[in-house]
Amino acid sequence: MATESIETAGEWDRFDRRERLLRYVALLGTVLLTYVSWQALNVRYSYLVTAPEMTLNLFRRMYPPDATYAPEIVAPMIATINIAVVGTILAIVMAIPVAYLGARNTTPNRYTYGLGKFLIVASRSVHVIIWAIVFVIVFGTGTLAGILAVAFRSVGFLAKLISEEIEEIDRTAVEAVEATGANGLKTMLYGIVPQVKPAFIGLSVYRWDINVREATIIGFVGAGGIGMELQTRIDFFDWSGVLTILLAILVVVIFSELLSAWVRGKVR
Amino acid sequence: MLSVENLAKTYDSGDEALKGVSMEVSGNELVAIIGPSGAGKSTFIRCINQLTTPTAGSVLLDDVELTELSTGKLRDERRNMGMIFQEYGLVDRLTVMENVLSGRLGYVSMWNAFRRNFPADDVRHARATLDRVGLGGMEDKRADELSGGQRQRVGIARAVVQRPKILLVDEPTSSLDPESSRAVMDLLTEIAREDDIPVLINIHEVELALEYADRVVGFADGRIVFEGAPDEVDEDVRDTIYRGGTEGSLEAEPEPATESDDERPATPTER
Amino acid sequence: MSGELADSEFASYDGEWERPTVFYNTAVKYLVYAVVLVFLVWNVVNVWVPIDRLLRGFGSAWLLVTSMFPPDFGVSIVVTPVQVGGYNVFVPSALAVDNDALRLWSGMIETLAMSIVATAIGVVISVPIAVMAAENLVPRPVYVVGRAIVSVSRALHELVIGIIVVVGFGFGALAGVIALVFATPGFLAKLLAEDLEDIDPTQMDAIRSTGASPIQVLLYGVAPQVMPRLIGLSIYRWDINIRAATILGVVGAGGIGNVLIRSFDRYDYQYSMAIILSIIAVVIVGEVASAVARRRVQ
Ligand SMILES: Nc1ncnc2c1ncn2[C@@H]1O[C@H](COP(=O)(O)OP(=O)(O)OP(=O)(O)O)[C@@H](O)[C@H]1O
Ligand SMILES: [Mg+2]
Repeated sequence: MATESIETAGEWDRFDRRERLLRYVALLGTVLLTYVSWQALNVRYSYLVTAPEMTLNLFRRMYPPDATYAPEIVAPMIATINIAVVGTILAIVMAIPVAYLGARNTTPNRYTYGLGKFLIVASRSVHVIIWAIVFVIVFGTGTLAGILAVAFRSVGFLAKLISEEIEEIDRTAVEAVEATGANGLKTMLYGIVPQVKPAFIGLSVYRWDINVREATIIGFVGAGGIGMELQTRIDFFDWSGVLTILLAILVVVIFSELLSAWVRGKVR
Repeated sequence: MLSVENLAKTYDSGDEALKGVSMEVSGNELVAIIGPSGAGKSTFIRCINQLTTPTAGSVLLDDVELTELSTGKLRDERRNMGMIFQEYGLVDRLTVMENVLSGRLGYVSMWNAFRRNFPADDVRHARATLDRVGLGGMEDKRADELSGGQRQRVGIARAVVQRPKILLVDEPTSSLDPESSRAVMDLLTEIAREDDIPVLINIHEVELALEYADRVVGFADGRIVFEGAPDEVDEDVRDTIYRGGTEGSLEAEPEPATESDDERPATPTER
Repeated sequence: MSGELADSEFASYDGEWERPTVFYNTAVKYLVYAVVLVFLVWNVVNVWVPIDRLLRGFGSAWLLVTSMFPPDFGVSIVVTPVQVGGYNVFVPSALAVDNDALRLWSGMIETLAMSIVATAIGVVISVPIAVMAAENLVPRPVYVVGRAIVSVSRALHELVIGIIVVVGFGFGALAGVIALVFATPGFLAKLLAEDLEDIDPTQMDAIRSTGASPIQVLLYGVAPQVMPRLIGLSIYRWDINIRAATILGVVGAGGIGNVLIRSFDRYDYQYSMAIILSIIAVVIVGEVASAVARRRVQ
């Protein structure tokens, strides 16, 4: 007994030592990797020396924000919200059939399942900016490109989570409704809709909130919204105008986030 | 009256779950189906209201052949059969009242169903039934806020408001503690008597079956191997049902293991 | 006993039933629905685009797609003829790599380097911010400042910071790193702060009762409890930073995004497609690697 416990203690010690060694190696590796990466970036050290001063300088030129300019950003800000809302609606409309294909228990066959999964991955792994560039080429500069970029970017996210929700549906409950003699539509209304509705609303609102943020940047490539205005101000070196826009974005984004969190707390 | 003739079901997987089962259920009797796991009890119940489509045979409910109906006609007939599930089959996020009223879905229009607008008679009946199963005042609770026993009683209420000609019950007590199990069985017996409808129950616990049933049917390997009154179920009959050639299911069936099997010869006797 | 309960037996029950609502009453419910509907319709009307523009777009969409294929990675296989029994048989003999391929490669390396440096710096500055944003560890005013930093970092997209730094300061890859560092606390400090708020206070008290200074309490009473989580979150953030780093170049902040936007400007769509596919590949590899690494840590 006694020898056994000593032995296990020794083993534990050894395990502990190996673990600790592993940790140091990992830490060393991370530091080394960071150093090599830093070298690869070829940063001029003069930049680093002047950076704090430049930052201060920039802030001085930004402050105070230009209040007289504020009314001018109302329209692009509204356009930003419009893009987020309509983009999300469009994404939902497209995501429902994709989710249907991508859920194991509703997809018609193996190939449709593969198709669903492919569409989800394709949409998710292309950044909204890339979608925006593509749609600006196709439809020209403006809101339409922005809406489509936001929509195509969101489809994968929504479809993935909705399909997971569909896969978790309680089949017995649906059968029970069917067994009362309800037709397909009523079965859906009483058996399926209540099971997926809260998640569906929650996800949509959550995605909308993300999309407000994304809609602030797609303007950099011409896809409408406040980003286009911001780009113009920056190009004119109108820094107090830039600060005005940044504050406006801050207010709108934080408000959307709070609203989205509140709604998600309400539905369950 | 329910009359089943030579019912057979072979699943796509090749499993022969039912191999020709015939049975009649009528009046206000409580019929208990017992048998080892995998004997085909659930399949049988589900083949009656066509949740599972049988491969062969006939199911007559008051002289209507259920196996050959069009989808629309089948839906109309399903309104006449109340079904109660082992896992309750409640929609968690709906209220108790919505779950109960869904028993009337076959009678209301799509639009009214959408608006939760049911006829006053249906609502009264639903309230009365909830009272009857001991859940009066719980209408507005969500189904997932209830205990297992309460949930099963909501499931029963949903079946009762259908005003069915028969109740089909699949393992109503398997997910419940002994006390709730008895309460549920008491309730089902009471409904059979008062509403004057037959109740067909799949049940694992033999003792419960013997206590409550008017008639016991023993299933083994997709066939009926025993049919008779509860007091006819002796050791021989248990052997037939639980050990008659289906050794594979022995481990899955704890009850017979408690009896001393050496004392009696395991002779699978036909009734 | 005949049949079910006679009608008279339940005539006393209320025949009305209404689904309870999360709103105060049904009137409020329908009002809310109406407001939401009006809001949605207002949005759609605001951006209403004539259908013909959409339809015309579809034509050019097809044109764009066809001009993107096949993707051109700038790598080609050189074939040389070899005499086999009097016939010329073409045999692959070498890989030809042109400038496009080199630009793609170095852009990708820069992207990865940016993400690594930014994650390292970002984690280092996120930790103190997380402590500031943990309600149970710091006095109220400090907490408010901590939360404010997190909110600003979350609300401003890294691309917004990137474009300002690029124009304001004028440096490429470093601008990208700054943008990513700026955005990191919004994720890392926020989640770490939530974990700090959940820690077991008795361990903290035990250290404090030995007369340790607040810094020592953090080091010995708090840090061990959240270390695995911090590592997991850092790996996760690295994954996110890789994604972000691939597109920062679009506004001139270094990395593969730079190469991508130039290819579009040159109408070199086959090359653009190659870049997009490379980005997707790197992003997916990063995602898988991060998921595996996080599982190892936990
Ligand atoms: N959906 C299905 N697909 C394929 N085979 C099935 C299906 N459902 C049941 N089976 C098979 O049919 C046979 C009978 O199953 P059934 O569920 O009817 O048995 P049971 O008597 O209800 O058992 P238990 O007491 O475990 O509920 C089993 O062999 C089972 O594997
Ligand atoms: Mg069963």
